[in-house]
Amino acid sequence: MTEPLVRFEGVSRRFGDVWAVRDVTLEIAEREFFALLGPSGCGKTTLLRMLAGFERPDAGRILIAGEDVTDLPPHRRPANMMFQSYALFPHLTVAQNVAFGLRAQGFGRAEAAARVEEMLALVRLEGLGGRKPDQLSGGQQQRAALARALAPRPKVLLLDEPMAALDRKLRQETQFELMALQERLGATFLIVTHDQDEAMITADRLAVMREGRIVQAGGPAEVYEHPVDRFVAGFLGEVNLFAREDGWIGVRPERMRLSREEPGAGEGLAGVVREAGYLGDRTIYVVDTAEGQIRASVASGNDAFGAGQAVWASFLPESAMRLAP
Amino acid sequence: MSADRPWNERLGRSAVVIPYLWLLVFFAVPFLLVAKLSVSHTALAMPPYAPRLDPAQGIAGLKAFAHGLDLETYRRLAQDRLYLAAYLSSLAFAAVATSILLAIGYPMAYGIARSGPRLRPAMVMAVILPFWTSFLIRIYAWIAILKPAGLLNQALAALRLPTVTLLDTNAGVILGLVYAYLPFMVLPLYAVLERQDERLVEAALDLGCTPARAFWRVTFPLSLPGVAAGALLCFIPMVGEFVVPDLLGGSRTLMLGRTIWTEFFADRDWPAASAVAMVMLATLVTPILLFQRRRAEALP
Repeated sequence: MTEPLVRFEGVSRRFGDVWAVRDVTLEIAEREFFALLGPSGCGKTTLLRMLAGFERPDAGRILIAGEDVTDLPPHRRPANMMFQSYALFPHLTVAQNVAFGLRAQGFGRAEAAARVEEMLALVRLEGLGGRKPDQLSGGQQQRAALARALAPRPKVLLLDEPMAALDRKLRQETQFELMALQERLGATFLIVTHDQDEAMITADRLAVMREGRIVQAGGPAEVYEHPVDRFVAGFLGEVNLFAREDGWIGVRPERMRLSREEPGAGEGLAGVVREAGYLGDRTIYVVDTAEGQIRASVASGNDAFGAGQAVWASFLPESAMRLAP
Repeated sequence: MSADRPWNERLGRSAVVIPYLWLLVFFAVPFLLVAKLSVSHTALAMPPYAPRLDPAQGIAGLKAFAHGLDLETYRRLAQDRLYLAAYLSSLAFAAVATSILLAIGYPMAYGIARSGPRLRPAMVMAVILPFWTSFLIRIYAWIAILKPAGLLNQALAALRLPTVTLLDTNAGVILGLVYAYLPFMVLPLYAVLERQDERLVEAALDLGCTPARAFWRVTFPLSLPGVAAGALLCFIPMVGEFVVPDLLGGSRTLMLGRTIWTEFFADRDWPAASAVAMVMLATLVTPILLFQRRRAEALP
């Protein structure tokens, strides 16, 4: 790995008696789409705000492109933030909002106007530059906020729950647009989200946070397939947990197999189908077994089971994920 | 109104009338009385004006009454330079005091709005607290402070500084006005600043503004409605202020409140006093209406 663009070194931040972020060390490479994922209150937003410069770490340092920015105020950092509430300036037009960061950077009038046009086109807001933010729809406001944060060409773009205010359908479209945009600009994006789908879809790499610490970082598939503990396994998708003498193992619902006959002596788990949820391509079964309720996601086909039916649940040994408690 | 409507709905409907009734009794009726007085004439009578409506004479009495009204007092007002001087002087006093109030009140309101959640209520309380004492008594207290051998000069003398003459001067009036109206400037500004989304300032900083630039490009423009509200709330009553110039001003301090008082009680010229008040009202209503219109336009 070449020199990372962003580097957190043993960063901690305390609010009163509570550690919001605790000894976080993390590297984000250039042109990477990185996601900080975790439940609310896990410290992901505080970490992002420390990178932007709104919070000062109590310990550790933060580097952007090799430069120690720990003591730099927000206006002198090469990072721009897209706020969850968008924080568009209500007294300015969309074009003036997008130009805001350019004026502060000393752009000339014509140069700034050209960049504003370019940015508005990039986020498909051409012709809406003269509107005030309250004359835009929620999705348009989101794109205006994105254009404003991207206009000064920051080394890293920070996105704080950027899609939290959008409805489901728009959110999915926007996720793919964000990825396309990031690729086109060759920029580095750091997104904070509590939505595991969003993190998995958009990110090249992600870090799962809990109680101020990073529990696991890696590619989405890597973290999904090899979660280090029960928390990560449960936070990233669904998991069936089985207690074993030497700890816990987890099996993803799509790796569970259901059959009418016992698959092999000692390999199966007898159970009764409690519910069957048909999703078209897949069917989700909830099965009561001696080891508790398990979920199986099975490709829909001829071999369907009904509620109340006795089944055998099993999984291949390589499907079992060894989990720390 | 049908009898089977719930009682609270009926109450709600009749409650709509209350503000109008209030306006009618406490604004419209007094206003019309003053308007009528301003087109009357002085008379050696009790009360000292004519014509007077005699309801016993019916329609004929009404006609005679209407014939007796004219704009003579306003003509007199326009010709007498003293009134014009009083208007301009009052506007100047109010303008100077409003500017000083803005310069003092804005930082105060900003400081309160940005202070911690525990300190804030105490600071707002400190701004409101003086209202619990009579206005008149507070202005009297300033006499004790400002008089030649008063508290201020004693303090200055103790510090071996030259003493100042503020009582019975225009500077004393400005001081009194600023003191008396400070809460009316601070509270609307505070209300606007306290409501402002902190994220907007963060966004400005994030986009490369220094804290000072972020203030002038975001915080201040967004607080302009509060600036306008505070300025109007202070400027308008200050133009007609009577107590402060009467108690703290000198014999040459020229303000409309005093002019009206003099016409009413010293000269017993009720029509002139009323006409002065009417012109003052007309002068002040115009900026209020303009302000209201702009606000209505600003709302989506």
